[in-house]
Amino acid sequence: MTNNKPLETLELPATVRPQRVVALTGNEAVAEAMRQIDPDVVAAYPITPQTELMHAFADFVANGKVSTEFVLVESEHSAMSASIGASAAGARAMTATSSQGLALMWEVVQIASSLRLPIVMPVVNRAISGPINIHCDHSDTMGCRDSGWIQIFSESAQEAYDHTLIALRVAEHPNILLPVMVTLDGFILSHTMERLEILDDETVKEFVGEYHPDHPLLDTKHPVTVGPLDLPDFFFEHKRQEVEAQLAAAELMPAILKEFGTVSGREYDVIEEYEMDDAETAIVVLGSTAGTVKSVVNELRREGRKVGLVKIRVFRPFPVRDLVRALTKAEAVAVLDRSIAFGSAGGPVFDEIRSSFFGGGVSPAEVKVLNYIYGLGGRDVKDSDIRFVYDELETLLHTGETGSAVRYLGLRDSNVEQVALRLEENQ
Amino acid sequence: MKPKNWEELPIGVKILEPGNSAEYETGTWRVNRPVFDANKCIHCLFCWVFCPDSAIILKDGKVVGIDYDHCKGCGICAHECPDKADALTMVPEHDKQ
Repeated sequence: MTNNKPLETLELPATVRPQRVVALTGNEAVAEAMRQIDPDVVAAYPITPQTELMHAFADFVANGKVSTEFVLVESEHSAMSASIGASAAGARAMTATSSQGLALMWEVVQIASSLRLPIVMPVVNRAISGPINIHCDHSDTMGCRDSGWIQIFSESAQEAYDHTLIALRVAEHPNILLPVMVTLDGFILSHTMERLEILDDETVKEFVGEYHPDHPLLDTKHPVTVGPLDLPDFFFEHKRQEVEAQLAAAELMPAILKEFGTVSGREYDVIEEYEMDDAETAIVVLGSTAGTVKSVVNELRREGRKVGLVKIRVFRPFPVRDLVRALTKAEAVAVLDRSIAFGSAGGPVFDEIRSSFFGGGVSPAEVKVLNYIYGLGGRDVKDSDIRFVYDELETLLHTGETGSAVRYLGLRDSNVEQVALRLEENQ
Repeated sequence: MKPKNWEELPIGVKILEPGNSAEYETGTWRVNRPVFDANKCIHCLFCWVFCPDSAIILKDGKVVGIDYDHCKGCGICAHECPDKADALTMVPEHDKQ
């Protein structure tokens, strides 16, 4: 799924540290990152598909591979509450969850960001009930996209591992101090074995560094009040500070990603452009589907079609300028949303991209934008689906007919021609 | 005291100075204010004991007045003031002199 070439075939700068090639599932890869981080406190409650992540980490605790205080709580509400308490006390605290677990901790999630506690939480994306479903879509993390947390989406187990390490540096940066969610697609990444490269423990220790908490409760020589009642005369000012922290994150994250690149050889930016330089049509997507799109882009490029991909790695803070710069290279763009924003003009990613275009002075005449809702509740997205999107974008360019801006990819729909088209293709 | 702007406040809603609630003036919350009559006061200090906001000002063990910057106007002092003294009266804030 990734386009990482094996290390030995690349000419790497001397700064790149030795790495171990391993086969791990996404959950195991994140647990491995957590082992190397060796957080002071982890409080967690099991939920599919995150459970195996904490199983793997619990093994490390039981076998003495980490010195973490592992708190087995009675719910996700308590998992986040315990993480907040630990973080406020001055500990490096982590937890992980999925779907309903995230929903249950929602009340406390925003307290972590408002108290500026740099908790790192992998979220294994799973559809929010109801109806009840255990498979991947992004409705869980989209449900707290405005909670003040930073959100980093992963395309592969490799990225989930890398992002977990990067997240710590971002969260704990003194000018940011925000909690970070690292997402990985449920089952597609969390339960799929993948080849990836793991940094050695010493390199990780050096990269994440020692944690120096900001005014911790356990510093009894400097007493501090945490979490006081904040009334109309100060609440607004504190909310404005959270906005500033997101702006600081937007400014500082590229450098942190670059620094990780010098150590790992894996160069990341807040967005990833794939075959965009001369692209006429482009897809924007988050998470593992980016891998599928890359594969289709390769096929279509061989057929001589000018198609490209923009993957959003960092969804919060939303990379407005980077996206406008990258997407205005194309003439027609399809935004793939793995969740619905009911009653809104479109999916959450689509809405923000159109808003960014308006703010960036990009007119619909310059770049046409379509929205495809896809993959809800774990519905597979196939190569033929992605081909279909590029076909529609090209048709749109040639005919100029936009039709409905919001479409549904892979949905059984009696009225839509695409069903017939796709059936034809699949024969 | 002019409240700090968002750029000046400690981040994360943290309060870094112990006991700084004394600087936080709650007097504006008041609907009724206690008015103290020094001529009637017998200095039993019931008001001082019961006041939840430490807003009764003492000098040399005697009541000398009310801290209107912090008094929220709950009226407990006037309620506890013995009937025979009746040195504290609650007066609507808009009727104040």
